[in-house]
Amino acid sequence: MGIIEAILLTVITAATPLVLASLGELVSERAGVLNLGVEGMMVMGAVLAFAVTQATGSPYIGVLAGIACGALFSLLFGFLTLTLVANQVATGLALTILGLGISGQIGEPYVGMSGIKLQPIAVPLLSDIPFLGPLLFRQDIIFYLSIALVFGLNWFLFRSRAGLKVRAIGDSHASAHALGIHVIRTRYLAVMFGGACAGLAGAQLSLVYTPQWVENMSAGRGWIALALVVFASWRPWRLLAGGYLFGAVSISQLHAQALGIGIPSQFLSALPYIATVVVLILISHNRRMTLINTPASLGKPFVPDR
Amino acid sequence: MKKIILALATSAAVLGFAAAASAQDKTKICFIYVGSKTDGGWTQAHDIGRQELQTHFGDKIETPFLENVPEGPDAERAIERMARSGCALVFTTSFGFMDATIKVAEKFPDVKFEHATGFKSGPNVATYNSRFYEGRYIQGLIAAKMSEKGVAGYIASFPIPEVVMGINAFVHGAQSINPDFKVKVIWANTWFDPGKEADAAKALIDQGVDILTQHTDTTAPMQVASERGIKAFGQASDMIAAGPNTQLTAIVDTWGAYYIKRTQAVLDGTWKSEQVWDGLKDGILTMAPYTNMPDDVKTLAEEAEAKIRSGELHPFTGPIKKQDGSDWLAEGAVSDDGTLLGMNFYIAGVDDQLPK
Repeated sequence: MGIIEAILLTVITAATPLVLASLGELVSERAGVLNLGVEGMMVMGAVLAFAVTQATGSPYIGVLAGIACGALFSLLFGFLTLTLVANQVATGLALTILGLGISGQIGEPYVGMSGIKLQPIAVPLLSDIPFLGPLLFRQDIIFYLSIALVFGLNWFLFRSRAGLKVRAIGDSHASAHALGIHVIRTRYLAVMFGGACAGLAGAQLSLVYTPQWVENMSAGRGWIALALVVFASWRPWRLLAGGYLFGAVSISQLHAQALGIGIPSQFLSALPYIATVVVLILISHNRRMTLINTPASLGKPFVPDR
Repeated sequence: MKKIILALATSAAVLGFAAAASAQDKTKICFIYVGSKTDGGWTQAHDIGRQELQTHFGDKIETPFLENVPEGPDAERAIERMARSGCALVFTTSFGFMDATIKVAEKFPDVKFEHATGFKSGPNVATYNSRFYEGRYIQGLIAAKMSEKGVAGYIASFPIPEVVMGINAFVHGAQSINPDFKVKVIWANTWFDPGKEADAAKALIDQGVDILTQHTDTTAPMQVASERGIKAFGQASDMIAAGPNTQLTAIVDTWGAYYIKRTQAVLDGTWKSEQVWDGLKDGILTMAPYTNMPDDVKTLAEEAEAKIRSGELHPFTGPIKKQDGSDWLAEGAVSDDGTLLGMNFYIAGVDDQLPK
């Protein structure tokens, strides 16, 4: 295995949870709901996926548990912000803090246990392609799901009728409501989809990335996922590119250090974030384009008139 | 009616006094942790020490603790809360609590404080630390014997003297066996991020190291080493569970005996502010069993450990040159503690540039 291949493999593992969590948030924000609880939902998914895998011996059931846990946990956010119309920013932050706390409590007996890794599945024929085969077709199910979700969501949001409704709600919930679209119900579904994706991303952390449980193991990845959504201007393809760019920069800085290139490590560690800021500046350069892409009702509460 | 109320009030007051008295009987020994008490590494080692302390004194003491206290302005509040709640002795267990501990100690002259790994003290602030570098020197010896390629990977956290000292000790140990031994260093710039630590481990292994050591807190690097079939060293706690066929040994922090000794001093009224820097011989630092290595390497490691214990061998004994080629220690000279505690240079042979 060549060094390039090795680096790319590591990049894929590092980028997958970012792509997944931000895809979920993208759908939620497209429907006009800003959920800052990604970190909390992610870490809850991670602990449940790990615990259930330990109990059942099957990481696949663990993955399902992670997804279900993320979705259920996000329901709490949905209830508070959609039904009780609480402030979305405050509730999202609370969800993160709550998730970090509860997951630490649930996870206490699992600290120090070695986990069961989700094994890769080789796609017949395709996995024999030189170079690309081992990279793209000898991966675990979560990676395949993340790529499928990018394709699927791109089609759903921009080619399907249901996706159009989601976007309509995000842009103007009042108009969508007047047209007879169920604003609250759709938003609930979007929030739960976001939770499920964050839970899946968490499962990737505790079953693939580092098959173990430690408190706060998401280590800020939920926040990066939130930034990626803006970075991608709410488009799945750009999000995929952004996630992999971020992953690539974070991994290459480690390689640069190991090679002893002599650039200060603090600068290298900051590089992924600097790259994010630079791209954000570039894409927000054209203010009109940014405004067109941003869901206009993002973060605004909706109370249907009766 | 009045009588009944009065009677109730009196008995309540009596009960209240009784409760207060029994609480006062117990001496409060308090702990501030930077991480979670189940982090599998640094903080867990301190918590094991606290539990030993509690078991040793039983009903005589209480040992409340605060977990996940961030280094920074919050730390001062947390320490002050502990001091105010009637603690006789407060252990603040992370380097970053140093200034906060000093500040609170000035406000509470009757409360005693002990700060781990720092260099500032006061009339009621003692410091305690462990000579981790002794263990790292032994790891260097083992690495040089076990590595086929003669290159080890080192996952470091932050460029502070403590960590730089560890790298130097490791390299010096390894090069005393194999003068051409190389160490590749990656600064993760975090104590705690399993994903990043795993990525750093993968990057090092992809670049050809066949031994891994770490100065970060999770078992993720051990797990990666185990997956890729190379050997590794554990940090702060015995990490053998994460790599039964991988871990060569680990530096294990054992604070219990120290906590018991200092608490006894408080109970006896003999506590004094001291600067303690103990090592292998005092049992504040122990080596996890030497595993996954041939007998001759094990013997070498055990002999070195015994020599360090007896004081016959100091890991930093000259001749040692600095990385820039200037002389540091002459033949047979031994480094003083002050230089070690402020170490901000690499010794010759480290294949990295020290971040400034």
